[in-house]
Amino acid sequence: MVDYRLNDEHEQLRLSVRSFATKEVAPVIGDYYEREEFPYPLVSGMARMGLFGLPVAEEYGGMGGDYLALCVALEELARVDSSVAVTLEAGVSLGVMPIYRFGDQRQRERWLPGLASGEMLGAFGLTEPGGGSDAGATRTTAELRGSEWVINGSKAFITNSGTDMTGLITVTAVTGTKPDGGNEISTIIVPAGTPGLTVAPKYSKVGWNASDTHELAFDDCRVPAENLLGERGRGYAQFLATLTEGRVAIAALGVGLAQGCVDECLRYVDERSAFGRKIGENQAIQFKLADMELRAHTARLAYYDAADRMLRGEPYQKQAAIAKLASSDAAMDNARDATQVFGGYGFMNETPVGRFYRDAKILEIGEGTSEVQRMLIARELGLPAR
Amino acid sequence: MNIVVLVKQVPDTWSERKLSDSDHTLDRASADAVLDEINERAVEEALLAKEAHGGEVTALCMGPERATEAIRKALSMGADKAVHLSDEALHGTDAVGTAKALAKVVGTLESVDMIIAGNESTDGRSGAVPAMLAELLGWPQLTYARSLSLDGSTVTIERETDAGVTSVRAELPAVVSVTEKINEPRYPSFKGIMAAKKKPVSTLTLADAGIDAGEVGLSGALTQMVSSAPAPPKEAGQQVTDEGDGGTRIVEFLSGKNLV
Repeated sequence: MVDYRLNDEHEQLRLSVRSFATKEVAPVIGDYYEREEFPYPLVSGMARMGLFGLPVAEEYGGMGGDYLALCVALEELARVDSSVAVTLEAGVSLGVMPIYRFGDQRQRERWLPGLASGEMLGAFGLTEPGGGSDAGATRTTAELRGSEWVINGSKAFITNSGTDMTGLITVTAVTGTKPDGGNEISTIIVPAGTPGLTVAPKYSKVGWNASDTHELAFDDCRVPAENLLGERGRGYAQFLATLTEGRVAIAALGVGLAQGCVDECLRYVDERSAFGRKIGENQAIQFKLADMELRAHTARLAYYDAADRMLRGEPYQKQAAIAKLASSDAAMDNARDATQVFGGYGFMNETPVGRFYRDAKILEIGEGTSEVQRMLIARELGLPAR
Repeated sequence: MNIVVLVKQVPDTWSERKLSDSDHTLDRASADAVLDEINERAVEEALLAKEAHGGEVTALCMGPERATEAIRKALSMGADKAVHLSDEALHGTDAVGTAKALAKVVGTLESVDMIIAGNESTDGRSGAVPAMLAELLGWPQLTYARSLSLDGSTVTIERETDAGVTSVRAELPAVVSVTEKINEPRYPSFKGIMAAKKKPVSTLTLADAGIDAGEVGLSGALTQMVSSAPAPPKEAGQQVTDEGDGGTRIVEFLSGKNLV
């Protein structure tokens, strides 16, 4: 039997995060956003709730939940604000999960308690200035010299990489040449503050302005050989798995934004009058809201399906790509429509929908562009790779 | 330190709240029901005391069957167990009846050192139950606490009312009621939510707790609601155009309301 409803625990978690988002995040996030400031008190609040350890086993300081729990939390946060949501998304799906999935016992024991409790943030250094989606074309190198990896290169658009709480950055780097002549890619843990690692000043971004994003430079950055994450040469497979999971998390975040647009509009159309009646009485507005709800709802079902398959251990690459694509489309379309419903006020930074409009676009780009998602779906349909 | 926290399920203050037409009691079906926010602070204060001094926190709730949701919230936050007094005969119980019933239930519990309650619920707003309960138990009452500290067998609070702030101290066992300034309650974590499912909740009927049915319910109530009417809708404001005499008009308006 197909069941698209959350079970009781996930529903309770949803309510708990919703309460946090509306009471703690909503009243203050606009100011952080305007100042482009990382909201440390809110991130600490999320940490106290255990959000950074949701899918991590209790023995490593986690909550003993699953990836769907993370997705539900992301959706409810993004319903109010995407900057805090992506801080959690990147912190867990990109910061915690590679170590949880691929780390050895020693690495897990060293890093997970801090990461899962949210005392420190983890970042994932994959994208480079010269290429995002073509991650196989990594140019950063790591050379094993004696008992140390020596890393050289640079990484771009790395979330959570420059906060006061950043504890580590896992970096993909070329560590050699495979027998077939291709690059051997491995993943290496670089603790924050390692000499040779330079964190550039934060970017000036169109959206997600209360989240932390930097370019990183590695100049003979040395870390112990034991910081290799999992097996040498497995970097490509590791980040593919990490990104596939991450797509479901980003999909949940996009659904939250899409639903947040509906929430804001429902409030507004009942307050705003034009031509002698509330604008919510106009069919043109009603149909817009119906379409917005439709998009949020169907995108949510898509990510529930992808998460369900993931948790059952079934293949879910196609469903993850569909969920990410449907969700980012829903977020973008709803943000555009919500801004239109708000009229001039929607163009003001002080309204949440103005913020949603600016935050939506990156969802069509980050963690696999919409084009990449279509390519993945086409391949799953058996269409030939070029 | 064994602490009992009184928790109450109330209609969400964000939703429209109604009284039923037949007996003027709260129409519980008409609004979303939640754990009263002031009780979340009471639970938080109990958990802080437990974390500092050890012991156990018991959530005590009187209410219909669906109040289990409010109890679960308290357990998800970290309370160890709960007692739920639930009986159809309780419908319409007033503040005195509630205090009598709660006192009986407290009597069935072992070695209670302190009872923490919210100072007043957001639905009934009588603000009397904590004091009545203390009176019935013969314990000291320390109401309107904006802070609480424990030292051995003594509890000290800062009591804040419109009259000012006073320091109040008493020997345990005692009843403390807290205001919204006491703390910021924690949000249930996923671990807390999952653990709550396994925590013991004992459900008591009137008979189980030895409560006389004649002292509770609508028939046992010392107060009677004879009529009720919805609050009148807000009237449109009065608009005054400033024609150079704006200041005078404002003074006229304020003095007309005896405000200046």
